[in-house]
Amino acid sequence: MKIFGKIYLGVIFAVMYLPLLVMVFFSFNASNSTATFTGFSLHWYEEMLRDSAAMDALKNTLLLAVVSTVIATILGTLAAVGIFGMRNKWFKTGVLSVSNVPMMNPDIVTGVSLMLLFAFVGRMLGAVESLGFFTILIAHVTFSLPYVVLNVLPKLMQTDPHLAEAAQDLGSTPIQAFFRVVLPSISSGVVSGALMAFTLSIDDFVISHYTSGSFTTLPLLIYTMTKKRVTPEMYAVCSCIFLSVLVLLLIMNLSQIRQAKKMSRISVIGKK
Amino acid sequence: MTDAKMRGVRERKSRTRKKGVSLLLNFPYLIWLSLFVIVPMFIVAAYAFTDASGAFTLDNFRKLSVYRENIFDSFVYALIATAVTLILAYPFAYFMTKRSAAAQRVMMMLVMLPMWMNLLILTYSIMNIIETNGIVNNLLVAMGMEKVQMINTPGAVVFGMVYNYFPYMVLPLYSVLSKIDPALLEAAADLGSGGPSRFRRVILPLSMPGIISGITMVFVPSVSTFYISQKLGGTSVNMIGDVIESLVNRVSTRNLGAMLSLVLMVVILICIMIMNRFSDEEGGIML
Amino acid sequence: MKKIFSILILCALLLSIVSCGERNDTIDESLLRGEYTKDLEGTTLKVYNWGEYISDGAEGSLDVNAAFEKLTGIKVVYSTYDDNETMYSDLVSGANYYDIIIPSDYMIERLIREERLEQVDVRELSNYQFIDEQYKNLYFDPDNAYSVPYNVGMVGLIYNTTMVEGTIDSWEALWDEKYSGNILTFNNPRDAFALAQLILDQDLNTTDPADWDAAAALLKEQSPVLQARVMDEVFNKMEGGNAAMAPYYAGDYLLMKENNPDLAFAYPKEGVNIFCDSVCVPKGCQNYDAAVLYMNFLMEPEIALANAEALCYASPNTEVVSHEDYTYKDNKILYPSEEDMPKVQWFHDMDAKTVEYYETLWVDVLNS
Repeated sequence: MKIFGKIYLGVIFAVMYLPLLVMVFFSFNASNSTATFTGFSLHWYEEMLRDSAAMDALKNTLLLAVVSTVIATILGTLAAVGIFGMRNKWFKTGVLSVSNVPMMNPDIVTGVSLMLLFAFVGRMLGAVESLGFFTILIAHVTFSLPYVVLNVLPKLMQTDPHLAEAAQDLGSTPIQAFFRVVLPSISSGVVSGALMAFTLSIDDFVISHYTSGSFTTLPLLIYTMTKKRVTPEMYAVCSCIFLSVLVLLLIMNLSQIRQAKKMSRISVIGKK
Repeated sequence: MTDAKMRGVRERKSRTRKKGVSLLLNFPYLIWLSLFVIVPMFIVAAYAFTDASGAFTLDNFRKLSVYRENIFDSFVYALIATAVTLILAYPFAYFMTKRSAAAQRVMMMLVMLPMWMNLLILTYSIMNIIETNGIVNNLLVAMGMEKVQMINTPGAVVFGMVYNYFPYMVLPLYSVLSKIDPALLEAAADLGSGGPSRFRRVILPLSMPGIISGITMVFVPSVSTFYISQKLGGTSVNMIGDVIESLVNRVSTRNLGAMLSLVLMVVILICIMIMNRFSDEEGGIML
Repeated sequence: MKKIFSILILCALLLSIVSCGERNDTIDESLLRGEYTKDLEGTTLKVYNWGEYISDGAEGSLDVNAAFEKLTGIKVVYSTYDDNETMYSDLVSGANYYDIIIPSDYMIERLIREERLEQVDVRELSNYQFIDEQYKNLYFDPDNAYSVPYNVGMVGLIYNTTMVEGTIDSWEALWDEKYSGNILTFNNPRDAFALAQLILDQDLNTTDPADWDAAAALLKEQSPVLQARVMDEVFNKMEGGNAAMAPYYAGDYLLMKENNPDLAFAYPKEGVNIFCDSVCVPKGCQNYDAAVLYMNFLMEPEIALANAEALCYASPNTEVVSHEDYTYKDNKILYPSEEDMPKVQWFHDMDAKTVEYYETLWVDVLNS
């Protein structure tokens, strides 16, 4: 059973990462093709470092993803706790359905309707330019929220509702009870919600296009290249993101494993 | 005052306190929802019920029949993709929980990492792999075997969708499965239930909230999938997401596109309601 | 929580790696024909252009926007779109303003009709003299009052000589059962319908529903032999030898051929669609003087040459076409001689009713 589990995980990971390996492979292509490999070269990495537009877009993308994730995670977690505590079933269903709307709509519908809203508000305020960082931020938080809620809710259902009550009965304030009792028990849901919010934000194109104004992100840059072709330079940018995350994971993991080993050694000594 | 009475008072007190807290927690969220979800929804509805000049009309809805095939196909593909994703992701999440804590953390990141890459570049790479003269077929030929037609088939579309939505199924499943108390399983074993019945009676019911969340997060967005089917499916399938994309993008056909997405929204809502009814009966879970 | 923290670290790490190297923004000012002053220094110019549609300093080329900034002190805020209709819906929403846009012919016709463009006096543009006469007074701007040409191109048929017998001279090849499963076509209604319309010898801008019906019927006949309807992925499919033939733009064929020498190109005898993307100043612009300066700058022979090299489409600039250093000088595909010139038809802006009519037919075609 254990072996089977290992093989299963391995096979799925292999399929998941195969396209990424192809991507890394073509980022080393000497020619500008992403279909035929003509020779190994670091040419596109040099291009990437020299391309200030791409680097600015990368910075914007990361900034937006981090800020929108933080906001969506806080707002969504609070909302999930609130929704969970709701007594009125119909109201609860209503709020949940509405919160799923950005997930249901094709991206372009969300994007265009938000753009029309922002344009309307902008005109009311007499601004020449109503789109920018804040509008794209609002859009990203909006489409990430249902994912955070949907990750936190199941965890809340698993936790014992009496725990928080017990904590309050023992004299802690509701806020203390939330941070000391509820939050630790739902933390894995919060983390997966945050992870999803980050993931959605970092690769959104359609909604971003309609709400960004001249705030350019990496996906925007890549998708608008499709009038001509997407160059391996963009493959190089993505490969860099991929490899740096991998390296970071490896470093973190190694230190954790080392710590775990040390801990077990200490406990062994203790036993002796 | 009797004990029962006192308990009643305390419960009522805690209930009102809870209600207040839950409203307070929801307040920013409800404001956000009404500003950035409900108002835009009304904008979409306004487009759906008007023509290009802004006059009220039901004409858009009369054209619905033109697109019924695309809508139907989209739901079928979304259902298939969701089912395949669930079947693949459940054991995946389960086996993940069997690894060490550090390994679990790393794997969780590894599941999500591919989705940080650009969807367009990933789709191009998948195309490179499954093309007629792609990597897989070249390998097959090198091994003396026949080429297999993979790209431009319905299977390729399902693969693309499963690939794209897999992490959104794994994460909620993993987070509920990792919380199931192993002592419960031992107890079940002690009480004489074997592997399959332990799964059916203990693990499955306990992981239901995660399953429902996962299905919602995969099925709902996959109905309006665009791009993937177009690039991987060739002429084999035309999903409603691609149709809406091109209609809404053009100002003169935006009303038609708004109508389609409104219809799509209603149908998906009905699907979710049916699913909730089911899960309600199964284990009293409300999502 | 640790994961979120690590994401933050990662972002910081990535940002620190980012070293902004300098791109090539120096031009030999003695080669400039127009006059540029720093009068507008410190102002901003918002440019909205197609993606990958300007020489941006890649592979040692000139960074046109950076050169303009250096020369005039005007800051260029540059953003991109991938489709005329996207640009249009952005523009009409009023959510944003732009100083420069570069739409295609039929879109300019619509923008002029809807009075969304500022007039530009070409007599003020010293470099307008370099624009080829055949690209002046085009149908969408008959008095040259709103736009100056940036790029022109034609659609043709690209095919793989190892997969196709002989040469091809007709769009009907895209219906040939011999190549069933190896044929690509456009994945947007206007361009796909145009191919059928050319075979049927129709006007591409017909408003007669019967014409569109006939074209749709022909397109339905094509469905069984098609491999896929494509846009940008045509590059990968043709370069990788995964399809035998595809209609696409002449300039893009030249780029594909660099990676697959087996590819050949033809302008079919039924005629082809021609396009022209032109520089315009939309209403609501906030820096008109800088916009006019930028327009003139784009027509500088040196600048237009850099753009022509980077984009690989035909240049409307006579100085570029005859330039000694131009890679595609006398290229028969970009610049066919008068006797080789195919019959051409322009796209015009269609009325909403016709658009809706062919959109509905298109769904039928897709589902056939």
